[in-house]
Amino acid sequence: MSVSAVVMLIVSIVVVWGGLLLAVLRLRAHPEVAEPPESPESHSL
Amino acid sequence: MSDQPREQWGTRAGFILAAIGSAVGLGNIWRFPAEAYRNGGGAFLLPYLIALLTAGLPLLIMEYTIGRRHRGSAPASFRRLGKPAQFIGWWQVAICFVIATYYGLILAWAVRYVGFSVGQEWGGDAEGFLFVDFLQVGDTPGEIGGYVPGVFWPLLAVWVVVLVILALGVRRGIETANKIFIPLLVAFFVVLVIRALTLDGAAQGLDAFFTPDWGALTDGNVWVAAYGQIFFSLSVGFGIMITYASYLGRRSDLTGSALVAGFANSSFEILAGIGVFATLGFLAAGSGGAVFDTEGGLGLAFVAFPTIISEMPWGGFFGVLFFGSLVIAGLTSLISIVQVIVSAVQDRLRMARVPAVLMVGGLVALASVLLYPTEGGLYLLDAADRFINRYGIALAALVAVVFVAWILRKLPMLQGDADATSAVRLGRWWRVCLGVVTPLVLGLMLIDALTQELGENYEGYPTSFLLWAGWGVAGAALLVGILLALIPWRREDTPVAAHSDDQRSK
Repeated sequence: MSVSAVVMLIVSIVVVWGGLLLAVLRLRAHPEVAEPPESPESHSL
Repeated sequence: MSDQPREQWGTRAGFILAAIGSAVGLGNIWRFPAEAYRNGGGAFLLPYLIALLTAGLPLLIMEYTIGRRHRGSAPASFRRLGKPAQFIGWWQVAICFVIATYYGLILAWAVRYVGFSVGQEWGGDAEGFLFVDFLQVGDTPGEIGGYVPGVFWPLLAVWVVVLVILALGVRRGIETANKIFIPLLVAFFVVLVIRALTLDGAAQGLDAFFTPDWGALTDGNVWVAAYGQIFFSLSVGFGIMITYASYLGRRSDLTGSALVAGFANSSFEILAGIGVFATLGFLAAGSGGAVFDTEGGLGLAFVAFPTIISEMPWGGFFGVLFFGSLVIAGLTSLISIVQVIVSAVQDRLRMARVPAVLMVGGLVALASVLLYPTEGGLYLLDAADRFINRYGIALAALVAVVFVAWILRKLPMLQGDADATSAVRLGRWWRVCLGVVTPLVLGLMLIDALTQELGENYEGYPTSFLLWAGWGVAGAALLVGILLALIPWRREDTPVAAHSDDQRSK
């Protein structure tokens, strides 16, 4: 493989998979909120 | 009649996995590698990432926010956003109907090819096997011809599986299926890529794929291609994400989930690019010639890959993994496409889930099974896919963004809604992307597409055939959308005040 191809392979993986990792970490730091079940009358549609 | 509370996802992870399952589909595996190769190789990453950040993610977040805020199917949510926008939702439902009918067909082929891979039944001529022996394609586009049992039965089986999963409901059906299928898909694909990377010639393939052509960045078509790839691969623009987000709780995160789903989709695409090009490198090494300029699509999956599978050691195992991945990726996407229609009918007719699934799903499955497993099925699929993608999904998305941003002017309100509960706050960039960048790029994409269409007949098909199977299908989807929106809602069917911006503002 040429040097430029190897560099782009690494950059692609780091940016996209790194982006996924950061997004997951960010979401984990924002905990899920438990919500009460909804009553039927709030859904007429 | 159903006055049940709206269904909800069991967990946030369940929703995100379902959103990823919907986004990761056949296009990730066979469209992205070909697009990237043709548009600058490694350099394509730059416009691709910019497209993800300036159009893909903003649209995804907009759809999530509309769905969660209005807690309804695409038509119900658009109606609650502003009555004149309701037709966009029905248009998207009609588009999903068309896509579901032929998407199931490709899944049925992939199911058969899992079996064919074991004995490599295509022999030495994968192309002849596909078109003559397996599909028995007729000579004239537009003629339905006789049924092909080898496609008919697996197609029927695909529909039974999809309808059973949908009938089980959002939590027990869709969520559970994605919790099983997505990890399985990742496992299949990781093994597949590792195998591809250990083939002779893999480095040559990756070299062809990643070597950047920086000159391509000055070509406007490359940028249009990047936006097109992001757009079609993220499953935005046809109501799926509005529908899935309508089953979220009122306080659930939106932007963080969108970032995870968007980056997961792109991560899978990069993985697919590596796997596909490492495999093509093996073929190139064997044949001594460059074979990288693939069109992608059906030819790549059902002709090029079988040819390679026959030549490699452990080819049957590789084939099962590859076609198995196609089946799983396609199945989770098909489920989401049909859910758009099911949920629209449920909301509109206040029907319970199972009868709605049986009625809607039955109708889609019937159209699919009657039209496509035939000698003329491939031509129908090809024309419908081309035109519904361009003048259905892309056009509907353009209309939706223009309505939300400029006619109804709801972006500031939606931004406030998303920011109130989300892990990542949106800035002004989000409104600029949706109000300016996305409509501009979508407009350019459509002008570019129209110029091609008017220049020459797609695939050289007869004009009369394209008029009904292509333009006719795309036009009918819009017409059906407008007509369904014109049917008045009974008083008790109108949205409750808490959900309707129209009523709230009165």
